[in-house]
Amino acid sequence: MSDSNVVMEVKKFSFTYPGAPKPSLKKINLPVRKNKITAMIGPSGCGKSTLLRSMNRIHDLYPGNKYEGEIILHHKGGKQENILELKKENDFIRLRQEVGMIFQKPTPFPMSIFDNVAYGLRLSGIKNKTELQDRVEAALKGAAIWEETKDRLNENALGMSGGQQQRLCIARAVALKPRVLLFDEPTSALDPISTGAIEELIAELKEEVSVVIVTHNMQQASRLSDYTAFMYLGELIEYDKTEKIFLSPSEKLTEDYITGRFG
Amino acid sequence: MNRLILNKVILILSTLSAMIGIGFLFWILATLSYKGITSIHWTTFTKDLVEGGIRNLLVGQFTMALLATLIAVPVGMMAGIYLREYGYGSKLSMVIRNLSDVMMSAPSIVIGVFVYAIMVDPVGSYNGWAGAVALAIMMVPIIISTTDNMLALVPQELREAGIALGGSKHKIILQVVIRAAKVGIMTGVLLSFARIIGETAPLLFTSANNQFFTMNMNEQFPSLTVSIYNLATYPDAPSRELAWAASFILTMIVLCINLFGRFVVRKKK
Repeated sequence: MSDSNVVMEVKKFSFTYPGAPKPSLKKINLPVRKNKITAMIGPSGCGKSTLLRSMNRIHDLYPGNKYEGEIILHHKGGKQENILELKKENDFIRLRQEVGMIFQKPTPFPMSIFDNVAYGLRLSGIKNKTELQDRVEAALKGAAIWEETKDRLNENALGMSGGQQQRLCIARAVALKPRVLLFDEPTSALDPISTGAIEELIAELKEEVSVVIVTHNMQQASRLSDYTAFMYLGELIEYDKTEKIFLSPSEKLTEDYITGRFG
Repeated sequence: MNRLILNKVILILSTLSAMIGIGFLFWILATLSYKGITSIHWTTFTKDLVEGGIRNLLVGQFTMALLATLIAVPVGMMAGIYLREYGYGSKLSMVIRNLSDVMMSAPSIVIGVFVYAIMVDPVGSYNGWAGAVALAIMMVPIIISTTDNMLALVPQELREAGIALGGSKHKIILQVVIRAAKVGIMTGVLLSFARIIGETAPLLFTSANNQFFTMNMNEQFPSLTVSIYNLATYPDAPSRELAWAASFILTMIVLCINLFGRFVVRKKK
């Protein structure tokens, strides 16, 4: 599966939380295809967020996790790297600049709108003022929020609405020009209109990045994604094109979940 | 019927208890205001203690309290950050947190005696530094606990979001987490300042007192609270009047700092 259409490959990946007797993820195999949207669905506690959070090693904020298997990241120019082998903080920082993440609740920093977007850029070492301004503007345009914010870039980001805050967080992640963006239920704290705006935005983003999205909302998965992975009790039950999963799944379990018979 | 009567009785009893508590407070404030305001003259603020004013005392008290703040804020904040961000859940952090809580209720006179033993006895004279250190020791546990509690209120997602943008842990703590907890921590600092500005016991045998204006921390240092303690026991009327005036002014200062602290919090909400 190591063709050029894949940006990240999860291979025989198992994950155990500290102190847990059994692994929360068992031998997962999953490709993340380039410039496509991959949705992960499944009932609560099935491990989809755990898997997502392994893809940028954000788990490592807390000590004692156990990883087995491989998660291969394909860099620009074809270089491949097993991100589970990273150990140094600088390597983690490099990884997270390549693999961004958007959370369930909007997480704007307590600073101005401009500084929110510029924050990651400054962390990555950009100091030049005009370059910062250009990249911030491009990111805000990319996240379809430039028109609403261009006159209030110096206002505190906490004054924005929930939907705007979430788009700001997406802009912040996009600004770093990552290869992969991970979305952890990005719309479950938002109203339907904001949700629509975010979905539209994610659909546009795949021109630039590859997207992995965890969602509880099956309509969202079917509307938005190109590929869908169904997970259950820490195992990947089925992965296929989204139409296939939703119209004629191969596994009985997938069908039961999608038709709402459990979960 | 019985229940209704019991309800009334409890209501009356609790209202009465509340009235008694508040009554004493107002009694203190009324006496203080009456005696204090009538004893204040313009010269109270322009003259030093030796001439019957409190100028040097105010300057001395604030100097020591500000110096104590300069010592206690960095130490307390860093300890609080360690407890919440780095050592969270570890044995050491639990020991430190408990010790700090014990320190918060340590009798202030004991802190005074301790600082006397390490900073006054060895040099052979009371000095302003010792007073500031004693106040700082009182302040540190309060600041540790507020920093710890305020950092606990910062949602974990905010830290994760910072890390996910490629930040290192210390940068995220300093640039994002502290910023999110800023108002709460500042309020804690203000309230702890209000607490130490009115302390007498830690100063009694550390900085002692000085009748003259001085900024030399190596000698005995003027203190408002210690002066009140001394003046109140003098037999002459002017001294006692000055004690009333000083008490009133001190109370107003503490009240203002407290109100300002609360105002800052409310404005933020």
